[in-house]
Amino acid sequence: MKFTKEHEWVKDQGDGTAFVGISAYAADALGDVVFVDVPAAGTVLKKGDSFAVVESVKAASDVYAPVDGEVVEGNPELGNAPETVNAVPEAGGWFAKIKLTDPSQLDALMDREAYEAFLATL
Amino acid sequence: MSDVALKSTPLEDRHVALGARMVSFAGYNMPVQYEGVMAEHKWTRSEAGLFDVSHMGQARLTGTGAVATLEALTPTDFAALKPGKQKYSLLLNEQGGILDDWMVSRPTAEGFMLVVNAACKHQDFAIIGENLKDDTKFDILGDRALLALQGPKAKIVMAQVCAPACEMYFMDCGTFELLGETVFISRSGYTGEDGFEISIPNARVGELWDLLLTFSEVKPIGLGARDSLRLEAGMPLYGHEMDETYGVVEAGLSFGMSKSRLERGDIRGIDRIRSERENPQRTRVALRVLEGPPARDGAKILASDGEEIGIVTSGVPSPSLGYSIAMGYVPATQSAVGTKLKLEVRGKAYAAEIVSIPFVANGYHRKPKA
Repeated sequence: MKFTKEHEWVKDQGDGTAFVGISAYAADALGDVVFVDVPAAGTVLKKGDSFAVVESVKAASDVYAPVDGEVVEGNPELGNAPETVNAVPEAGGWFAKIKLTDPSQLDALMDREAYEAFLATL
Repeated sequence: MSDVALKSTPLEDRHVALGARMVSFAGYNMPVQYEGVMAEHKWTRSEAGLFDVSHMGQARLTGTGAVATLEALTPTDFAALKPGKQKYSLLLNEQGGILDDWMVSRPTAEGFMLVVNAACKHQDFAIIGENLKDDTKFDILGDRALLALQGPKAKIVMAQVCAPACEMYFMDCGTFELLGETVFISRSGYTGEDGFEISIPNARVGELWDLLLTFSEVKPIGLGARDSLRLEAGMPLYGHEMDETYGVVEAGLSFGMSKSRLERGDIRGIDRIRSERENPQRTRVALRVLEGPPARDGAKILASDGEEIGIVTSGVPSPSLGYSIAMGYVPATQSAVGTKLKLEVRGKAYAAEIVSIPFVANGYHRKPKA
């Protein structure tokens, strides 16, 4: 699993696809998630673009694409159970499954150790 | 934004020690949440929430000119406000636009206590200072902090720290002894619940805060839940439901205006008030979101045919109700309860409906009708 400084994660499936979501740190910072707007299949993602929105009681927050890709599927569970993002942010709370445009982009992201070191600086 | 310039309340260290997430609000470093907005909101609705609202402006007006000073700036009849009572009022500009909303108390016949919004206090106090009538003394109470204890169990706690205060009804006020200090307490708040607001010297507020938190019914509550609680109660927030571009009547705040003042016509911006009464253009409404994401401040309100007819001024996923609620402005002709509308969020229109205010029934301890 790789992470961005904007607290998204990407989990490479090894078959050209990956799951993306937000880190446990981000989910905790947002507080109780009450709504998630996930992208439709076929949406083309460009690294750094907002591709989903997560709403807590306090505010709406953008979720940015960690890499380039095309959405295979938005997580259908989050429509009825947005709280999944808080419960299992780095597993069942994924936002989208994407087809990676360039898997080598993952190399530029942080591994968990580097991400945790980054969190320690915040 | 410079953190260096951020002001703090006397309780800042306690908020941080309690693990609060601190944010800049109206120039103050304030707790937005402790354990989480949802949990804090629900706690306040079922138990008792303790809020540090010391960032708000407090002032006192005394002397024989105090009534005239207040009446020159507001649409409220303060001569008629009985000692021991509190009134919601509005600071108006010369054209009848709303500069701020106030809680004005008259603990004794001799004087008035004002609580004004933190973001507006410098402006408000300057305007009051420039408009003092003869024989009026005006004191800004920068040496006092303000705590709000809100929720159905607030009275249980208050009965153990200051029992005489529990004899008050909703919108009563008075001076009491607490921790050996003379404090000013009103039975009111900004949550829709029964509760109290306690004005106490800065030097003693830490002790009072600690004392109140020793009760199992009490938890500290941040500004996040304060906003969702007031929204469910249908209460307006300055800078959202009102500002200088809004008038008293269209904002649904005529309860801050006295009939006697309206009849006398001696109100700042009386022409606008009369015009809004006789020929209403837009009006504040409560909205229930029927599908999709929460609609927040700035979301467009569309008629069912898609025409843009208004704007959302506040919105939140309601922790008590389990669906999203909002307030906003629509044309008076399209403001009936039950009217179906759409709210535009991120370019998509979602169904909503005008409902009655408040969203959640209030729990005030009102004086029984004789």
